[in-house]
Amino acid sequence: MPTAVEVRDLKAWFGKTEALHGINIAVESNHATAVIGPSGCGKSTFVRCLNRMHETIPEARAEGQVKVGGMDIYDAPAVDVRRKVGMVFQKPNPFPSMSIYDNVAAGLKLNGTSNRKTLDEAVERSLRQAALWEEVKDVLKKKSGASLSGGQQQRLCIARALAVDPEVMLMDEPASALDPISTAKIEDLIFELKQKLTIVIVTHNMQQASRVAEYTGFFLMGHLVEFDRTEKIFTNPSDKRTEDYITGRFG
Amino acid sequence: MTRIRFHQELDDLKHRILAMAGMAEQAIDLSVQAYAQRDPALCQRVLNNEGAINRAEREVDEFAIDLLAMQQPMAVDLRFILAVIKINADLERVGDQAVNIAQRVLNMIGLPASELPVDIPAMATKVRAMVRDALRSFIEGDTELAKHVLEGDDEIDAMNHEAFASLSQYMQSEPGNAAQALDALSVARNLERVADHATNIAEDVIFWVRGADVRHGAGQSLAGS
Repeated sequence: MPTAVEVRDLKAWFGKTEALHGINIAVESNHATAVIGPSGCGKSTFVRCLNRMHETIPEARAEGQVKVGGMDIYDAPAVDVRRKVGMVFQKPNPFPSMSIYDNVAAGLKLNGTSNRKTLDEAVERSLRQAALWEEVKDVLKKKSGASLSGGQQQRLCIARALAVDPEVMLMDEPASALDPISTAKIEDLIFELKQKLTIVIVTHNMQQASRVAEYTGFFLMGHLVEFDRTEKIFTNPSDKRTEDYITGRFG
Repeated sequence: MTRIRFHQELDDLKHRILAMAGMAEQAIDLSVQAYAQRDPALCQRVLNNEGAINRAEREVDEFAIDLLAMQQPMAVDLRFILAVIKINADLERVGDQAVNIAQRVLNMIGLPASELPVDIPAMATKVRAMVRDALRSFIEGDTELAKHVLEGDDEIDAMNHEAFASLSQYMQSEPGNAAQALDALSVARNLERVADHATNIAEDVIFWVRGADVRHGAGQSLAGS
């Protein structure tokens, strides 16, 4: 399997504080990779470095190499990077005053697409991929993104990210604010999306990691302690610190 | 330590399976003693205790399944609970083998005593040692001791084959004592199965502690490790 994201000696800082101490990882294409670890371990910082979101924080910077589909993202314009690497956050953040349609079309419009037919097709395709089309197809332009339930809003955000046809989707605790049914829909969706793109998901929920991800990385104090097949991590990890964390002996 | 209650429950599970192990071990000890002493009272004790072992098996399983469902254990904790569920089944089967032996002994007591060409007490001593070591390896999480138990199984198999050969021959030469010989043959086979259960327990201990599946010879790579 080819590598979708290759990270070499990635370091990240907040001011003078080093939050990531030289991460090396190869994320396999068309698979989901989970990133787990206790609060403050650097897992969110790590994924935010994969689409140059980290550097949007004042005083924050990153060093090292991140290649997405062969492109060194720190040598490319940030806009291009974020088109290639979409992101979904913990709290759904649809544009509240925009219709459902406009929420999904926003990214394409920003990129200069104005053809109505192209936009219509992209909106329908993205909403179908996000498993939301059937629920909203009759109210696309009548309802705002904010009028949807939390779970629907999150799938709307996924559709919005999908509209620009990314190669990688970063998900930072995408279901932690959702009820179990909405969570299950997001997890099912991850399985569908893997057919088309690569997913990196940060989660505090280890059962979720074990359900959706083929690979899991355990972060601790800015270090990638262990990276392996998910079943290995959750049944027989190699590192004692991983075992202590996932069995609840610290964290 | 962040999951204090869960880890207390794991300790509780361990205590419950050890109580169950104590009953199974006692059952096999009593049945072997009953054979040596031709004592119907000891046989009856084994038969009477079977219900308690069966109840304990159900209780341990229920508790283990509750922990799986409620706590979603991971890694060594998951392996521990899975090992307990399997060990529990093996211990219950050890109890069944003890009952089989007791029934055979009761049968033998009703027949004239005869000098049989089989050393059941010697075999029983080795089997009981295997059971004891398997349980000790579980209590202490000692994979070296568990490996030692695995190595003992071949010797018991050989003793069982030897018992079969000598008792078959005996039945042909002494057909009048064939019933006693048949009972002794069954006892030898029951002991051999107890040794198999001890082996299973030792394999489960290795799985729990090291995450390695050594069943069916898959653990030969562990031999030198």
